[in-house]
Amino acid sequence: MNINLTLIGQTISFAFFVLFCMKFVWPALISVMEEREKKIADGLEAADRADKDLELAQKRATQQLREAKEEAAAIIEQANKRANQIIEEAKGQAVAEGDRLKAAAEAQIEQDVNRAKEELRGKVAALALAGAEKVLGASIDENANSELVNQLAAKL
Amino acid sequence: MASEELTQTGYIQHHLQNMAYGKLPEGYVRSDGSVMEQTAWTMAHSSQEASDMGFWAIHLDTLGWSIGLGLLFCFLFTRAAKRATTGVPTGLQSFVETIVEFVDGVVKDTFHHSNKLVAPMALTIFVWVFLMNLMDLVPIDWLPMVADHTIGQGDGHLFFKVVPTTDPNATLGMAAGVFLLMIIFSIKNKGIGGFLKELALHPFNHPVMIPFNLFLELVGLIAKPISLGLRLFGNLYAGEMIFILIALLYSGGLVLGAFGAGLQWMWAVFHILVITLQAFVFMVLSTVYMAMAHDVDEQH
Repeated sequence: MNINLTLIGQTISFAFFVLFCMKFVWPALISVMEEREKKIADGLEAADRADKDLELAQKRATQQLREAKEEAAAIIEQANKRANQIIEEAKGQAVAEGDRLKAAAEAQIEQDVNRAKEELRGKVAALALAGAEKVLGASIDENANSELVNQLAAKL
Repeated sequence: MASEELTQTGYIQHHLQNMAYGKLPEGYVRSDGSVMEQTAWTMAHSSQEASDMGFWAIHLDTLGWSIGLGLLFCFLFTRAAKRATTGVPTGLQSFVETIVEFVDGVVKDTFHHSNKLVAPMALTIFVWVFLMNLMDLVPIDWLPMVADHTIGQGDGHLFFKVVPTTDPNATLGMAAGVFLLMIIFSIKNKGIGGFLKELALHPFNHPVMIPFNLFLELVGLIAKPISLGLRLFGNLYAGEMIFILIALLYSGGLVLGAFGAGLQWMWAVFHILVITLQAFVFMVLSTVYMAMAHDVDEQH
């Protein structure tokens, strides 16, 4: 409890420790801490910027998506239209082809009928002649009457 | 304890005596009856010898522990400072940085001038005083007993106080350091004339009142370091005293001893608050005094 030299010794060590702290401890720590603070601030700013970028990109993506959808819809519509058109064309062609085939078939049939008629006519003439021969009981000069029979057959 | 100190008073007094190494004059009759043949520096063997040494004595325990703890502070913080990186701080670094940031905040709040010394000073004071106060939490007989068996004769005669801040020399010594810085910064910022004018012309700015002002301001000026040092000393001394009184209970049998153990634990828990607070108060007041030394404008 006596005041003595210890006091001065303590003052000297106080001065020493304060100076030591000022030289070697404080500046190093504070500079590191300030640097880190700056780093963190930069990081936060970058994060903010990234956020904004992301938002922008998302907006752009949405926009592009919408455009793509619209385009796709347009393409589909066009394709539908084209398909309908093709179907219509095909239908037309089919009808025309059908008509053509029908006409050909009809023509063929007519031809066949005519041929058959011709054949029948020939056969009728011969038949008529034979019948008439039987009916008359006499032979008919084929050469003299054939002209007549042919005229008859032509009238059938 | 030695035979003549087995009384309770003796125990308390023994614990309140620093290990003094000082000058005793020729012809001085020592406590063991021997007479100094010539003036010489020697260890004090009793409180009476220590006080008879007067100013020319050194408290080896106070200086030893305070310098040791100061070196511990320097070691820990330099280590942290050297290994500090701007990455994620871990372990010691983050602990040290927490303290530095705390002190930096306090200093920035109270001290608004540009000075490279004040913040490190505040950090040094806070950590150093805290460490010195912390020694109060070590049960009071442990370290003295270890010291007695290592550097002493093992007879319980060695005086050994482990808490430097319970020695007014230590606290007033630091307060003196703060006081010197105050004077230096005052003169540096205000000039000798400005400093003297501040002492002479406040609070009453009239030539007739100069002696009165001087008296008032000088008392105020001197009171700052004295109160700064004595506040810390008083708080820690009182805390130490309570620990000593509680420790006396251990000699009172099993029941009283157990009671004392509980009390010591409670007082130690409470004391954690006290030692931190006192370190903080010492730091803040030192910073405030530095700020006052820098305030050039008159604030009246």
